[in-house]
Amino acid sequence: MIKQQFEISAGYKKWTNILLGVGGLILVLGFVFLGMSKDEIDQTRFWAGLLQNSVFFLLVVNASMFFICVTTLAMGGWQMAFRRVPEAISSLVPVFSLLALLVFVGIIFGDKHTIYHWLDKEHVEHDPILKGKKAFLNPTFFMVWTIITMVVWSFVGAKMRKLSSQADEQMDLEKSKKFIWNNTVWGAIFIVFFALTVGSTIPWLWLMSIDAHWYSTMYSWYTFVSSFVAGMSLVSLFVIYLKNNDYLDYVTEDHLHDLGKFMFAFSVFWTYLWYSQFMLIWYANIPEETIYFKPRMQGAYRAIFFLNLIVNFAVPLLLLMTRGAKRSYTTITVLAVLIILGHWTDFYQMVMPGTMHEHYSLGWFEFGILALYAGLIMFFVGRALTKKPLFAKHHPFIKESVIHEV
Amino acid sequence: MALKKFVVGCFEDEKVLFPAVDKVRKAGYKFHDIYTPFPVHGLDKAMGLRETSLHTAGFLYGLIGTTTAVTFMTWVFTKDWPVNIGGKPNFALPAWIPITFELTVLFAAVGMVLTFCYICQLAPFIKRHHFHARSTDDLFVMVIECGDKTNEEELKSFLGSVGAQEVNTQIAEDGWWVGRYDKEDQLYKEPNIA
Repeated sequence: MIKQQFEISAGYKKWTNILLGVGGLILVLGFVFLGMSKDEIDQTRFWAGLLQNSVFFLLVVNASMFFICVTTLAMGGWQMAFRRVPEAISSLVPVFSLLALLVFVGIIFGDKHTIYHWLDKEHVEHDPILKGKKAFLNPTFFMVWTIITMVVWSFVGAKMRKLSSQADEQMDLEKSKKFIWNNTVWGAIFIVFFALTVGSTIPWLWLMSIDAHWYSTMYSWYTFVSSFVAGMSLVSLFVIYLKNNDYLDYVTEDHLHDLGKFMFAFSVFWTYLWYSQFMLIWYANIPEETIYFKPRMQGAYRAIFFLNLIVNFAVPLLLLMTRGAKRSYTTITVLAVLIILGHWTDFYQMVMPGTMHEHYSLGWFEFGILALYAGLIMFFVGRALTKKPLFAKHHPFIKESVIHEV
Repeated sequence: MALKKFVVGCFEDEKVLFPAVDKVRKAGYKFHDIYTPFPVHGLDKAMGLRETSLHTAGFLYGLIGTTTAVTFMTWVFTKDWPVNIGGKPNFALPAWIPITFELTVLFAAVGMVLTFCYICQLAPFIKRHHFHARSTDDLFVMVIECGDKTNEEELKSFLGSVGAQEVNTQIAEDGWWVGRYDKEDQLYKEPNIA
């Protein structure tokens, strides 16, 4: 008997509630003890922790959206057997957008210039570099572009998911052609907009402007790849969870193998961009550029910086290299968790050195917010999965996925 | 280089080939190889071939490449000819990454190609026996090795019964030898050109 519809099990519900409960409690405690604290370092810790997590998880769930659109444009068929999983994850984009927006409103209108020091108007007037960037780094542009970005992501995402529902019903040839065409058009719109946002401006605004004097042309790509490899790991985790609970009958080791290839290849690609960003700065050795790596490589963040390289490069490279590893449910599960945590620390070392300086802490608050987001992902993805059949059985490319063999 | 006896069965259709492979395997005959005009998906699995170890060899060649690059550059820049380049440390690992990467890829690639050629016994001026001229065109050629106990006639009629269009026996070298095709004598009696 093929289980068409996902049903939330008691265990899943229990873990969701535990994570949400713990995370929610820590958010409240964080707000009381850190957010409302008179101490500037505590306040910064509160907002920086929220910024890191909300941006990271928003970009991670948005990576599912990117995956859907990119495979649509490439006329890919292999992913159809589990396509409803990234679709369900992408339904989180509006939710996490809203949460991130709340954090941005708090930072921008709360005038937290320890997070973004370009918010300090007085300071900007006496700072020629920041003055020169004023047309881009100002609260109005920041909020307007952020809201436009979030609205378009959410809108196109809703459109793609709505289109996908058509594949639950029988289609004749004409309708199938129209269906593919519509998917292609909306996928293309998203990809172009994605290039304008995650591919360039959004990481500049949300993350790179923390170190407002410094800039890197690799930064957006680097951020994108970081979120994409974590996003593919998240998809793999849900696919494996569903498979272990007797859903997704048509997903085989071959599909898992391709997901594993994504995790492997983009871990290597992340390192490539990491290195491309690092090497030129290291080689040129110009003080205004090396200032970014000074606290990370030689300062307080040294351990996290190198741990980051080991977890996100060396471990996936060596452990995911063989065919057998990519086809093993256990290996993929362990590495998916490791990669998500690894890129979470990657975002941590992007945000913290510019905000917390050497007073950083990685403790109850940061991990609590991580738990909160994990709970939110489980809650919303679980709910979205129950709403549609897990298998779009009338999609024109579905056979390609069922007979997929690597 | 010993001559061996082979029974050759030619199939015209993949759909016939796959069940035939299955039956031949079940009957306990030993495949020499199956020559196909194009790569056939799943045939290696059907024949029961083990997975290749070529990638393990590739990994080892890569490791050798990495080690060569790092040790050589370390020796050159710290021991043999230390030069101060832009105030960088002599052991300038970040600057060496591209070269290390290139040598890793080079060693892995060249090593794997050579190993592959050795395994398949391919090289210029190396000659191998062709069981059927049409195996590069449109025919699937199944070659079965005859042992001491193989009943040749039984095997031939068995191949016919599982759908081979053309069945014959050939005595040939199973390895390679140096020579040119045009100058070499026919190694089997009946030339088999369709």
